[in-house]
Amino acid sequence: MTRSSYSDTVKTIALTGNPNVGKSTVFNSLTGLNQHTGNWPGKTVITAQGYCSTDKQSYRIIDLPGTYSLLAHSAEEEVARNYICFGDADVIVVVCDATCLERNLNLVLQVLEITSQVIICVNLLDEAKRKGIRLDLALLSKRLGVPVVGTVARKKKSLVTLLKFLDEITATPSAFSSSDNNPAKYTVSTIQYPQPIEDAIAIIAPFVQNLLRDFHNKNSIPINCRWLSLQLLDPDPSLTTEINNYFGNSFLQHEELQTALFLAHKQLSEQGIDRNCFKDMIVSALVKKAELICTDAVIYDNHPYSNFDRGLDRLLTSKLTGYPVMLLLLTGIFWLTITGANIPSGLLASGLFQIQDYLTAFFQYIHAPAWLHGLLVLGGYRVLAWVVSVMLPPMAIFFPLFTLLEDMGYLPRIAYNLDQPFKRCGACGKQALCMCMGFGCNAAGVIGCRIIDSPRERLLAILTNNFVPCNGRFPTLIAILTMFFVGTAGGFLSSIRFALLLTLVIIIGVATTFAVTRLLSRSLLRGIPSSFILELPSYRRPQFGKVILRSIFDRTIFVLGRAMIVAIPAGLLIWIMANVTIENVSILNRFAALLDPFARLMGLDGVILIAFILGFPANKIVIPIVIMTYMAQGSIMELDSLTQIKELFVSNGWTWATAVSTMLFCLFHWPCSTTLLTIKKETGSLKWTALAAGIPTLFGIFVCILFTTLVKDLGYLML
Amino acid sequence: MCENFKNIATLNDVVPGQIAVIKELRTSGSMRRRLLDIGLVQDTHVECLGRSPGGDPTAFLIRGAVIAIRSEDCANIIIQPKEMHNNDTL
Repeated sequence: MTRSSYSDTVKTIALTGNPNVGKSTVFNSLTGLNQHTGNWPGKTVITAQGYCSTDKQSYRIIDLPGTYSLLAHSAEEEVARNYICFGDADVIVVVCDATCLERNLNLVLQVLEITSQVIICVNLLDEAKRKGIRLDLALLSKRLGVPVVGTVARKKKSLVTLLKFLDEITATPSAFSSSDNNPAKYTVSTIQYPQPIEDAIAIIAPFVQNLLRDFHNKNSIPINCRWLSLQLLDPDPSLTTEINNYFGNSFLQHEELQTALFLAHKQLSEQGIDRNCFKDMIVSALVKKAELICTDAVIYDNHPYSNFDRGLDRLLTSKLTGYPVMLLLLTGIFWLTITGANIPSGLLASGLFQIQDYLTAFFQYIHAPAWLHGLLVLGGYRVLAWVVSVMLPPMAIFFPLFTLLEDMGYLPRIAYNLDQPFKRCGACGKQALCMCMGFGCNAAGVIGCRIIDSPRERLLAILTNNFVPCNGRFPTLIAILTMFFVGTAGGFLSSIRFALLLTLVIIIGVATTFAVTRLLSRSLLRGIPSSFILELPSYRRPQFGKVILRSIFDRTIFVLGRAMIVAIPAGLLIWIMANVTIENVSILNRFAALLDPFARLMGLDGVILIAFILGFPANKIVIPIVIMTYMAQGSIMELDSLTQIKELFVSNGWTWATAVSTMLFCLFHWPCSTTLLTIKKETGSLKWTALAAGIPTLFGIFVCILFTTLVKDLGYLML
Repeated sequence: MCENFKNIATLNDVVPGQIAVIKELRTSGSMRRRLLDIGLVQDTHVECLGRSPGGDPTAFLIRGAVIAIRSEDCANIIIQPKEMHNNDTL
């Protein structure tokens, strides 16, 4: 099939809806793509698209960011609005949350004002049933005048009806708009605004209609005249820009339209209706209409805030238990991670290093030159083996556990709990969500900052995101903690000790986030905290099987894959640097020697600092680089366990203080290249990108030097 | 409940377990639109559910959804004082 014929037959479907209604789940079930889903508002920050087809029709599905309203006020809401109004969608599917349908109808009614090519997808029917909410979908469909489909998006089967309606609506568009010889199957409900607004619309609508006539044939969704008239009466700057882009600058400048607008505004102000009042009247009309539509169609058997949610919220967010439970959960996750990862890590390591022996034997068998063996096996393969055996097991446990909490709806509660401290630092509680995403990947965390509306607070969140360790830095922390502070012997007590220590490291990271945020909001990013509205979605039963599968395949394999892509060339590079010598000293050692004096000040050594610098493309390879460099310096040993690695480190002069300094610098240094690129893209400014790199680096250097000096002084004191 | 009737009652005067009825929003710009978006128009019933561990923000049940709002913003949401009642009357 050629591309042109494909795009001719493919119909474009846009998915829209309030935040956190399961749009991404609907999207994934339809397209089979793995858009990461989670139970918190603002998950989809970039538009995703995928394809799906029935036996009748092929569809391109666009997943728009969640929005409460088309009267847009944030960047991603504008994306959604502009696409619905001026995009090329054939049908809009509005996904609604069955557990709070009335609120969702606000958006539905606004979309219906723009186009009648709409299907309402009432999702989360299972949750509604669990909460004792009964929905009369037939009555809703009759009142709204468009098809209403009930779905449980996590069950793919329930989407069959949605696809059936899509086939129907795309095959016979006339079913939705009445014409003379074809009576409409559905009559779309319109909203009656208070009389002054209706009068104002009536004044300008004829002129808008005239102007629109020329454009209709170009567009697959004709722009609704009544809707556009309403918007023109109260234009926001972004919509004006969009209209100018779409219709050309002359559209709004049209003389007759300007005169009509002037008349309409004059008439409105004569009746005492200013802009605020105008907007209120519109929204009130929408809300009241939604209320009316839901009467008798949505029946609550229980109180909408269920006893289950009430109890859980009391435990997770109350004054007494909120913070302790948060820490306990974090420690618990770390404990499970380390306890569960111990054995598979060991097995993987011995297995992979066994393979290295076979590889070595093979290279000897074919009489390969020593440098080739060194380059490929001791360089590339060994770094790879280390990355896999040390990273894979903890990640395969940590990510699913974290995703389970996310899926259940705990993350917004963290934001709710931490809003007060963040507000004290002049920031927004939603920064906590970005911070949590940062645990997975700082680049993702930086993108996630888009959920923060105020530009100042968003910058604060972006600049400080790097203070929590991402999965690339966790392995380094885990390895050093295990080697120097817990012991590799294992056992219940040492695992508890490990979890507590790792939690402590995280708390240091979070505390620094607060401190630096506060510092920034008092200096570079001065300002007062803006408003804050956060939806706390009702708890959902996590989809255990799916979460585990998805987080292993999406996150773990993905992250590991990226680490491997970097690890192999890095391994090669390091091997070359360590083995190419100038006047009998390897390039690597020359660099290390150059950096050594400064690194010593920080309690590190030149090799560790070089490892961090070479780890710029991916933090995961810091420890492997250190190992390889030390090895290249002479000591040859089998390194298939952490105990042996520790021996290697100690023989190179590591003490517990070196370990602490390395962990501190691991926590506080420049973001990896991907994160920096993302920051550049998000802020659009080199200045902020440089600051995002400079602040944590300077802080790290400062903290390390401070720590080293203190230890030295204390050492003298004790002597 | 609201003995201090010289002051206008706002959402900050509602304690967990109580229900208030919205009278008007004394705010403008994007915050006003946000509040309207979540359905806070005149005569909307709002139930106070609880406060976060730091004492702020407060969680409210608004049209079936749980929404957390900071006290600074609650101060601009005027309620009808007499109609405040406990949720066991529902």
